[in-house]
Amino acid sequence: MQATRDFSHYVKDAGPGLRHIDLAVEGVSCAGCMSKIERGLSAIPDVTLARVNLTDRRVALEWKQGTLDPARFIDRLAELGYKAYPFETASAEAAEAEQSRFLLRCLGVAAFATMNVMMLSVPVWSGSDMIPEQRDFFHWLSALIALPAAAYAGQPFFRSAFRALRTGNVNMDVPISIGVILALAMSVAETVNHAEHTYFDAAIMLLTFLLVGRYLDQSMRRRTRAVAGNLAALKAETATKFVGADEISQVPVAAILPGDIVLLRPGERCAVDGTVIEGRSEIDQSLITGETLYVTAGQGTAVYAGSLNISGTLRVRVSAASEGTLLAEITRLLDNALQARSRYVRLADRASRLYAPVVHATALMTMLGWVLMGASWHDAIVTGVAVLIITCPCALGLAIPTVQTVASGAMFRAGVLLNSGDSIERLAEVDCVIFDKTGTLTLPDLEVVNAASIPADVFGLAGQLALASHHPVAAAVAQASGAKSPLAGATEVPGQGVQAMFGETEVRLGRPSFCGAEQLANDSAHLDPEASLVAFSLGEAKYVFSVRQGLRPDARAAIAALQKRNIRVEILSGDREPAVQAAARALGVSEWRAGVTPADKIARIEELKSRGHRVMMVGDGLNDAPSLAAAHVSMSPISAAHLSQATADLVFLGKPLAPVVAAIDYGRKALLLMRQNLWLAVGYNFLAVPIAISGVVTPLIAAAAMSGSSVLVMLNALRARRVANGGA
Amino acid sequence: MEVMVILVPLALGLGLVGLLGFLWSLKSGQYDDLEGAAWRAIADDEPAPETPPD
Repeated sequence: MQATRDFSHYVKDAGPGLRHIDLAVEGVSCAGCMSKIERGLSAIPDVTLARVNLTDRRVALEWKQGTLDPARFIDRLAELGYKAYPFETASAEAAEAEQSRFLLRCLGVAAFATMNVMMLSVPVWSGSDMIPEQRDFFHWLSALIALPAAAYAGQPFFRSAFRALRTGNVNMDVPISIGVILALAMSVAETVNHAEHTYFDAAIMLLTFLLVGRYLDQSMRRRTRAVAGNLAALKAETATKFVGADEISQVPVAAILPGDIVLLRPGERCAVDGTVIEGRSEIDQSLITGETLYVTAGQGTAVYAGSLNISGTLRVRVSAASEGTLLAEITRLLDNALQARSRYVRLADRASRLYAPVVHATALMTMLGWVLMGASWHDAIVTGVAVLIITCPCALGLAIPTVQTVASGAMFRAGVLLNSGDSIERLAEVDCVIFDKTGTLTLPDLEVVNAASIPADVFGLAGQLALASHHPVAAAVAQASGAKSPLAGATEVPGQGVQAMFGETEVRLGRPSFCGAEQLANDSAHLDPEASLVAFSLGEAKYVFSVRQGLRPDARAAIAALQKRNIRVEILSGDREPAVQAAARALGVSEWRAGVTPADKIARIEELKSRGHRVMMVGDGLNDAPSLAAAHVSMSPISAAHLSQATADLVFLGKPLAPVVAAIDYGRKALLLMRQNLWLAVGYNFLAVPIAISGVVTPLIAAAAMSGSSVLVMLNALRARRVANGGA
Repeated sequence: MEVMVILVPLALGLGLVGLLGFLWSLKSGQYDDLEGAAWRAIADDEPAPETPPD
């Protein structure tokens, strides 16, 4: 039964007679890949557009409506050496992209206005012989440019300030909006009065700098969203659905409805929740419960998305989100944890809470002070507004987004993807890391642990035989042996193993009982109770392979690196005690618990929190999702269950565990730089404010101070690219 | 100083052309893939020619 692939769910109309599909592509990393893919796809007849987006790692394709099947693109990309998956833009992602474009448009308008107003301001500042009418003319022209530009480009700030005020809060946008609006209003009044100084240039320049910060912030968010979208697509969530009595089709999970019947072959990961209606098999639920021993599944057994089918073919009836199941329990815990989490206050917000009252009080006191000292109301108000302008949080608005952008780029290169922007500062505060074991400290793939004790030729033969089986354990043996060609005439005995003739000798690979190797298997089980055993018989000679998940190659070094940073390390696993104990001992971790439920994990995190620890949770299973949400900050490997990956703040790629350490290092460096930048901004105010209060500020001084401090802060942010020991 | 009657509108007009150009480039998606655009500039080979409209 060869399944047809149905991509109609992803195909969109792109004008008359044209169809469009987006594909997420794995492994596109350079200009070479880009032109290779574009040329390869354009060579297919009827393709009208093939364009790679290197930032998002995607390909957009358009073709003439007709006989061309989108599956052909995926095959072509596979020939070129790239794995591709159809892709559906999430509405949240589309909204982020739209917001990003809007900010860029605002930035363009503000930058245009700044340059032109500056062009008119410089002559006024330098032209001591300028006649008053000319100066007024230039001021009016500036107003003509600056007012509409500020009305358009200031929207992001005005809207957000309005929203905050309506709910009785103050955010950074409130002082920004007040400062800009007052500066413009005062400048108009001054222009009408034929005054010497106006602040159109300062107000619009302020908006430009702030929009740079806002855009950087937004583009980082957009990028993380795009990465998350790709992850979802790359997980290839398709299922084999019965469309007739015996006819099957490969369809995306999004197109599967409760009541549908799907086929689950050996070696496949279940993409839906449901109940087995036919067949017998063993399933690996380690991604859901952390338990590494296989569970027997037969008619009536509930299976969850993420379980791996091991030995037999199953038919599964898809259920709706079911009440009272493990999954429902996990979802409930997750909701609670997510609600609790949103209370974290970002550094930027904390700074602005302090900032707004101080600045407004200073401006007000300046004004009143001058009135008390006998100045006219007009002069006092002008000085007060000048204080507001000069203290406007230009550098403050850039201080954090620039560091975040640089740090997230550096982390991206170190193999860490961000799911949420403020996770960087939370990372820096971590002083306790809790690891899940299965799939996190260990690799999700199985490996043969006693390979050294088996003769190479026997191993090779076993590997060749193993190639005939879909069983994951057999796949691990085949992988480890490096065998390329399967043994001819191999037959699979369902639930038992595979057998074949090798010359005159019968060879068998499978359950110890199938190969008559129970005695040997018992001995091995005694030595290594954790491993799955697969026996191999070559005539009368018997061998037993111990197969299990190996620790990540650098797990020990990574844990030692964490401990060196005075970070407390614990292991909490849903797996059985001996397995967890062995891993903990191998890694030098003294604090561990086995057999814990999702609720237990949360309880432990809460306990640590109440003792003042900032906990980072690293886990991959569905059972980890609630504790990932409950922790101060959380991280998942790329192989994690979908729900966990969506919940985690960060996702790390590849086999090594080093990105966990690197992430903490980058986070610490970034927080340090954010604080430095905030102090730089404060220091600038200490210099500038006395000048403003004393009433000698000219628009020239304001412009120089503002751009000087902004550039300083941006340059300082660039230092977030490097950490002291290269993340090791 | 009569020259300003020409120079000021000229300067503003040129700036406006730049702004419109920027808005157009934004709308036509030229900022959607900055990383790719950076590489395309130095790619050795020409991208495949677009199929002519028929």
